[in-house]
Amino acid sequence: MLDNLKILFHQGKQYIPDVTTVIVPGIFRGRPVISSEKVNENELMELCPTNAISTNPLCIDLGKCTFCGECAIASPGKIKFTTDYRMATNDRQKLVIKEGEDEIIELNPDLIRKEIYDYFSGSLKLRQVCAGGDGSCEMELNACSNVNFDMGRFGIEFVASPRHADGIVITGPITENMAQPLQICYDAIPEPKIIILAGTDAISGGIFKGSNALNRSFLSKYKIDLYVPGNPIHPLTFINGLLELIKKRK
Amino acid sequence: MKSVSIKNNQTIPLASIPELEYSTFLEENVFSLMKSGGSHCVNYYGFPDEGKIKLICCIAHDESNDIKISSCVVDAKQACPSFTKHNLVFEKFEREIHENFGIAFTDHPWLKPVRYPFNRFDKNSNVDGYPFFETESEELHEVGVGPIHAGIIEPGHFHFICNGEQILHLEIQLGYQHRGIEQLFLEKKKLLQRVTLAENISGDSVTGHSVAFVNLWESLCNFQPGRDLQLARTLALELERIAVHTGNLSGMCTDVAYQLGSAVYGRLRTPLINYFQKWCGNRLAKSLIRAGKTNFPFTPELVSELIILLDEYEKDFEEISEELFSMPSVLARFEKTGVITTEQASTIGTVGISARMSAIERDIRSSHPHDLYPELQHQPLIKNHGDVHSRARLRKKEIDQSIGYIRQLIKVLPEEDNKVARLSGPSPDSFSISLVEGWRGEICHCAITDDKGELMHYKIKDPSFHNWLAVALAVRNNEISDFPICNKSFDLSYCGHDL
Repeated sequence: MLDNLKILFHQGKQYIPDVTTVIVPGIFRGRPVISSEKVNENELMELCPTNAISTNPLCIDLGKCTFCGECAIASPGKIKFTTDYRMATNDRQKLVIKEGEDEIIELNPDLIRKEIYDYFSGSLKLRQVCAGGDGSCEMELNACSNVNFDMGRFGIEFVASPRHADGIVITGPITENMAQPLQICYDAIPEPKIIILAGTDAISGGIFKGSNALNRSFLSKYKIDLYVPGNPIHPLTFINGLLELIKKRK
Repeated sequence: MKSVSIKNNQTIPLASIPELEYSTFLEENVFSLMKSGGSHCVNYYGFPDEGKIKLICCIAHDESNDIKISSCVVDAKQACPSFTKHNLVFEKFEREIHENFGIAFTDHPWLKPVRYPFNRFDKNSNVDGYPFFETESEELHEVGVGPIHAGIIEPGHFHFICNGEQILHLEIQLGYQHRGIEQLFLEKKKLLQRVTLAENISGDSVTGHSVAFVNLWESLCNFQPGRDLQLARTLALELERIAVHTGNLSGMCTDVAYQLGSAVYGRLRTPLINYFQKWCGNRLAKSLIRAGKTNFPFTPELVSELIILLDEYEKDFEEISEELFSMPSVLARFEKTGVITTEQASTIGTVGISARMSAIERDIRSSHPHDLYPELQHQPLIKNHGDVHSRARLRKKEIDQSIGYIRQLIKVLPEEDNKVARLSGPSPDSFSISLVEGWRGEICHCAITDDKGELMHYKIKDPSFHNWLAVALAVRNNEISDFPICNKSFDLSYCGHDL
């Protein structure tokens, strides 16, 4: 018992006091900014592994981006990834970062359903479904609940049964072999319920886009309440997106 | 010559691989090459070749540090006697060949689907129609779990046959994660796309699979990486090992309801993966490893940060480990739970920690070393009991060993190689193989190029491919409530298996 208390004491303070303003260590690649410098845009478009870059004007689609940073290395004056991790939004168009833009990505209040604030602002239980995810977004979602990020303090938790859940968090590009289990799980969640896509693979298919082993028809049937970009998502991107989703009033 | 002998990361002309008659092929691989204890099959697969199927078998010899490659061309309609009848380690490989091409292995005891790939031979077989082993006994009952599990983990279906609380039999059905990666390696032509694919094979083995890919690619392109690249790859592999083992110990504490251990190991993992973020901008080391270059040189500043990190980590890690492994309530759950004997492990051909916890010295870092491993003179650590406790202890010891290796490696930092050597294209009509000891075990990538130097076939084997059967055997005669801790102690990959 005393040993356990000693260990507890030795850990010091581990939690992040304010998850909305904390600065991430190192060279995290978050929301990019694109300058108006003249470069060969086609070369950048050609470089991107997931066709996230389009030209005229130069844009990066964070729903397709793997955040590998190769474009910023090839053209450092043109593209710069900032350490701003607040990239989650409910408006798919807002994930497309245009040349000259340097604005914080926010949720579009008009797209938030009224019942989300009414029912979930104090407590949100989520069921996670991995549908072809490589385990990286799953590890980061688990990390959201660890002693550092401690998402539980906001009343947001992952639960085992879809019957206990208020929504579903999908990771992975959605494989053909997981299409049916995903549908069954979603159907088992009581109304009202939300859908969150976590990670580039879930939002666009990522590097797996175009594979014959995928079946993404589920996504065309429902409204998506939150897109969380990243490969994998950063826990802070996820937590900040969720907080905005459930706290923001119309 | 019935086989060609090559080293790890060696490229040879495809034509130099002897093509044998099927009976000789079987004789050679099942009997002659597998005679010594240090022989194991690292890959056995088929690919379409002028209307027929070409089979390629790769047997690694741990004593002589080489890999024997042989091949055989068969007609998909031709029924073949199985390797499995004589040696169970070929069981999964033959099932995969059967699933992909329809080749019937006549005396294979368990010719069931492996992963339901989109390009499978029998399109009528579906993931929801898996032919489970069933019982008609009125005293026994069956329990189905998954594909979606209680926690945030990947999908797979576990089908138990139980006598009361006791598990008599477990059958594991996988394939839910199949993304068609091997085919995407051929379709996505840019090098950056391919290395991104390698990074996304299995999110907990990012460096393992990406090092396997870049070593293979550089070998195909006849490119010799500089010491700085080799150092970065070796370091990244050992850091990944420490980080994942730590996270896994946290998971094992969770599964035996030791809350403090779970929290402490969990938070000890955070600075390790944050270190990857400092190095390359990604907590799981995606974007760190690149073929023929690095975007994130390992700088003297990173060295000093790593020294401080390891010192702080070690202190707290040793303290909690000492507590964990002397706590009776933990030991009661760990010891004699989920046992795989040495005999079982060698019969089914486990690899990595799943082999070493059953007293089998199987480790690519010592038998087929690459990058800077030859200098480390790695001695595999082993445990003898094959239970949950052995797997936990082995992880603890491997973390200590890896910390020692990292300290040794960063004593002298090599000059950054400034000469801009450009990668050429891959050699035409070639075969290349790359083995890497990831934290989980032996990762194998094989590539074949056509006459223009384009990738014609790409084959990936994750260590989980060998080891899933060990989970199914380990839980026999255990209580079903011990299944989570058994499963977690192996910590196998679903997506690495399903590809």
